[in-house]
Amino acid sequence: MGWFIRRIVQSVIMLWIVVSLVFLSIHFVPGDPVELLLSQDGAAPDPAMVAMVREQLGLNRPVLEQYLDKLGELARFDLGTSIVDFSPVATEIGKRLPRTLELIAAAAIISLLIGLPSGVLAARNPKSMFSRGAMFVAGAAQSIPVFVVGTLLVIVFAQLLGWLPAGGFVPFSRDPGKHMLLLIMPAATIAIGLSAVVFRITRSSMLEVLPQDFIRTARAKGVPARRVMIRHALRNALMPVITVFALQLGGLLAGTVLVETVFNWPGLSGMLVAGVNARDYPVVTGVIVVVAAFYIGLNLLVDIIYGLTDPRVRK
Amino acid sequence: MTNVGSELLQVSALAVSFRKGGEWRSVVRDVNFSVSAGETVAIVGESGSGKSVTSLALTRLLPQDMTKVSGRALFRGQNLFDLTEQQMEKIRGDRISMIFQEPMTSLNPVMTIGAQIAEAIRVHRKVSRAEARAEALAMMDRVRIPSAKSRFDEFPHQFSGGMRQRVMIAAALACKPDLLIADEPTTALDVTIQAQVIELIKELQAETGMGVIFITHDMGVVAEVADRTLVMYHGDVIETGTTAQIFNDPAKTYTRALLAAVPKLGSMNDAAAPVPYPTFNLTTGEMTPPQDRPDTLRPEEPPLLEVEGAIKRFDQRSPVLKRVVSRVHAVENVSLKLRRGETLSIVGESGCGKSTTGRVITGLYDYQSGSVKLNGRELRTIAPAQRAREIQMVFQDPYASLNPRLRVGDAITEPLRIHGLATREEERRIAASLLERVGLKADMVDRFPYEFSGGQRQRICVARALVLKPSVIVADEAVSALDVTMKTQVVNLMLDLQQEMGLGFVFISHDMAVVERISHTVAVMYLGEIVEYGPRAAIFGNPTHPYTQRLLSAVPVPDPARRGLRNAPPVLELNSPIRPRDYKPPVREYRAISPGHFIQVPGPEWS
Amino acid sequence: MKHIFSSPSAILLTILVVGALLAPVLPLHDPLAMDISGRFAGPSASHWFGQDEYGRDVFARLVFALRSAILISGSAAVLSAIIGTAIGVAAGYVRGLSEAFAMRVMDIILCFPPLLLAMLAATLYGAGPQTLVPVLALVFVPSFTRVAHASVMTVRTMDYVDAVRLMGAPTSHILWRTILPGIAGPLFVQFSFVVAMSVVLESGLSYLGLGVLPPEPSLGMMVGAARATFLDEPWLLIAPCLLLTVVIILLNAFCDHLRHLLDPRRSTGN
Repeated sequence: MGWFIRRIVQSVIMLWIVVSLVFLSIHFVPGDPVELLLSQDGAAPDPAMVAMVREQLGLNRPVLEQYLDKLGELARFDLGTSIVDFSPVATEIGKRLPRTLELIAAAAIISLLIGLPSGVLAARNPKSMFSRGAMFVAGAAQSIPVFVVGTLLVIVFAQLLGWLPAGGFVPFSRDPGKHMLLLIMPAATIAIGLSAVVFRITRSSMLEVLPQDFIRTARAKGVPARRVMIRHALRNALMPVITVFALQLGGLLAGTVLVETVFNWPGLSGMLVAGVNARDYPVVTGVIVVVAAFYIGLNLLVDIIYGLTDPRVRK
Repeated sequence: MTNVGSELLQVSALAVSFRKGGEWRSVVRDVNFSVSAGETVAIVGESGSGKSVTSLALTRLLPQDMTKVSGRALFRGQNLFDLTEQQMEKIRGDRISMIFQEPMTSLNPVMTIGAQIAEAIRVHRKVSRAEARAEALAMMDRVRIPSAKSRFDEFPHQFSGGMRQRVMIAAALACKPDLLIADEPTTALDVTIQAQVIELIKELQAETGMGVIFITHDMGVVAEVADRTLVMYHGDVIETGTTAQIFNDPAKTYTRALLAAVPKLGSMNDAAAPVPYPTFNLTTGEMTPPQDRPDTLRPEEPPLLEVEGAIKRFDQRSPVLKRVVSRVHAVENVSLKLRRGETLSIVGESGCGKSTTGRVITGLYDYQSGSVKLNGRELRTIAPAQRAREIQMVFQDPYASLNPRLRVGDAITEPLRIHGLATREEERRIAASLLERVGLKADMVDRFPYEFSGGQRQRICVARALVLKPSVIVADEAVSALDVTMKTQVVNLMLDLQQEMGLGFVFISHDMAVVERISHTVAVMYLGEIVEYGPRAAIFGNPTHPYTQRLLSAVPVPDPARRGLRNAPPVLELNSPIRPRDYKPPVREYRAISPGHFIQVPGPEWS
Repeated sequence: MKHIFSSPSAILLTILVVGALLAPVLPLHDPLAMDISGRFAGPSASHWFGQDEYGRDVFARLVFALRSAILISGSAAVLSAIIGTAIGVAAGYVRGLSEAFAMRVMDIILCFPPLLLAMLAATLYGAGPQTLVPVLALVFVPSFTRVAHASVMTVRTMDYVDAVRLMGAPTSHILWRTILPGIAGPLFVQFSFVVAMSVVLESGLSYLGLGVLPPEPSLGMMVGAARATFLDEPWLLIAPCLLLTVVIILLNAFCDHLRHLLDPRRSTGN
């Protein structure tokens, strides 16, 4: 029990540090941050604009006051307002975040369904044609950058073959069929690389577990081969798989930026890229904080699962 | 003795080959033996003899794509090698069971031990969960795991090595098999635990009448357990017979070498000083008995090492606040003395603190109180460069003690290079001559450690320890990881060097037979304290402290005629030297039994 | 050493890297020179890969783009390796409070997805390589720290380290001559991995317009720009996609090759 509580407290502290760093990052800039934000193409910005933005961002107040205010706002889930159109950042994130999460969830499910069984199969016969072929395919799939995969998929399936729509979004409530159709390509784009990772880590983890002594003991007890593979080998091999998978999912939150851009999927990325291009500081920091929070939460979840499955960790 | 029943297993012309890099290499050739109900057959040999491979071949547990097995193994009329994998799965665990060497890694770490025992039952019998659980609990009681009910749902890492081995035995015998194959089941265990496990196996065998194949490298264990014995060497069975025959009248040189390497406790009663092992020439079959040599001990000269009341404790802290929660009392009030030309052995089981004492003496750990004087000066005050020229150490694991990236010659002369004591050519010459001194060839200077065997690596480590010409060498279980024949060679080397250079040795070991052979003085440690100290003859001839008596009585007696004369040892776990933060160590009294022979007066826990 | 370059991936990679780095001195067209009359021209004798939507030589742009990718990834990886290794070794050797502190800091850095951190940096400091290299370096410091730390922890338990201490060796000898060579292997593997990851990240950022800024060529940006004109001139899309993919595959293969070299062969035992 104590172990779980300690982990949760650790995560909360990390979240607090991360959030503080992000929101204070504007102070790490050489020179005047507001001028930096507003200067496009090196031209000096209008002083009136500068003053207004400075006041809007609260940068004219002492740092400590700003910091405490920010923490207060965060507690109320207020992430500030955009410099560009004064809309509340939190609302827009609230609208777009589920769409990004949906994409990640779909990709995660697909890659687990493909990667886990094939990894186990490949580990059974590491020298077989299947195993070697799959390793080669996985190596290639992992190497192709995700935006290249996406672009090529769009070209082939939308422009050339016309089987799937090129991009865009339709809410599930309005047209479930079209929604799913539009989900396929972006999810598949992410899933290609992710399945490769899951496959490789499952295979290598199983290959590490299979020669171990307790597997030999299980076989010596007469436990049937299938049960040895799953109940004994996979149970132990899953731990590194879960860890790596979680790490990948965390990185995915960022990777979706590229995929959403390619397929015009209106998730967080559109907001983020526009924000970066417009130097819209509150928008960018707001998105990063949300993503980092998810990442920390995800790691906590993985650690808890790990703690539940591997009793040695809790000591 | 055991009542021998019908024949269970008949092995003829068993041969195994491994495929390595495209080539087939023969690993086991022409093994023939049989096992009957109620009988124990021992297969004895060193590493590489093929004994484990033979047993794995019988149960068809060797990897199929890399192994070729030929011959016949008739088990109750069926040839095991003709069966399909499904049929073998039915036999394994039910009719033929196996237990293995490493209890620490042989259990599934994420499954409760109760579930693992119950699994052995449910895989072969159609019983409900509850019934399997009840049977598993019954087995746990049979193998004497205390508090079985509450420990049923615990995980392997919560058990000690000896207890885990009992769990393995419980799972293996849950279905009352006809044949048990025990592959070095006690090699990784402490000597008192080993005795308990061996007794347990003998008891269960007497109860069920099963046959046992016992694989080991320890002739003492063979004498304890086996009715008949096979001696294997490099894949061949070189001698078989009843155990009495093998021990009383060994036919082959190798068998005689094995027997000579494990002398009986008490064989040194007539010798005043340490005696080297006899050497065997395996090709000619000649045995060279040890020559008489003068005692190296120089009691009149000033002592090399004087330790007085040394204390070393390790703090264990809470994870968050780093408060001290408990302490490991590794070295508690240890005093000893090493004179010129003397070999002082420190013996004990796991957790007694002997290794830590060795490290304190060499300066690898700093001591918290007490005094350690090396050649008259307090260890703390000696600069490391000077200390390196007075005391050196040979470590236990030959595979971890040499830097894999350094050539052997460079490894040996590294101390010279660090302190700039020799030129490049001088270094090479010194390395070459030291290699010859330790029995290797001078042209091996340019090789890398991975090209050498364990025994050869230990010799290289001895050469490295000698290069600065120290007066004391601490050997921390330096021969424990070696095969029996390698062990005797390295021990003989150490005795020769002692003869030549008047070295003092602190020999840390748990192997009582080797200790008896080479020591002048013995210190017995338990939970960080010395409980008995004295000349070798006194300790072995008149062990007075209860722990020393327990330790010596647990050592297997390599004399088949004396089987069964030992009392069944009680089921006792080794205690741990971890104490709570505010523990006050009790004040100990010491009593002299005879000149130079002291014991710690046993506290109430020993009555 | 010779084993490192014995694999086909290493050889091909060396050719590509050396060729790309030498770009300024090779007889190539100016990658920025526009030639509107030659827009979308196919491959010809003087323009081996044809011309893009501004008439610029595609081949030259590809080579220069590869060059900047390598320079950016390489410098980020080197910077990251030096800082990360130093921290990891110090933490693993000295231990105690500084170790705990260092590892926590690394955990915090790891909370930031690399792409987003780069985007934040772009927001604050402007896009371009001068922002990109330090950010990429920062992103990968934790991985080097972890690898160095874990390796030091393993090596220091080896008896041969104790043996060197017993020889009376000064700490500098123990660190530089005994421990560091023992951890060099995993660090090299990590280095090649980081270079591969940096190439991927840089191309992604350039695709979004946040990496190497136009008119300087970059592979990611070329992919992004060519998508719209695919039907006119498919080669404009296929060429950078192919080159990018091939380079990353080679880098990953080289990484696997290094890892394979380390594991079974150079073990302390048999």
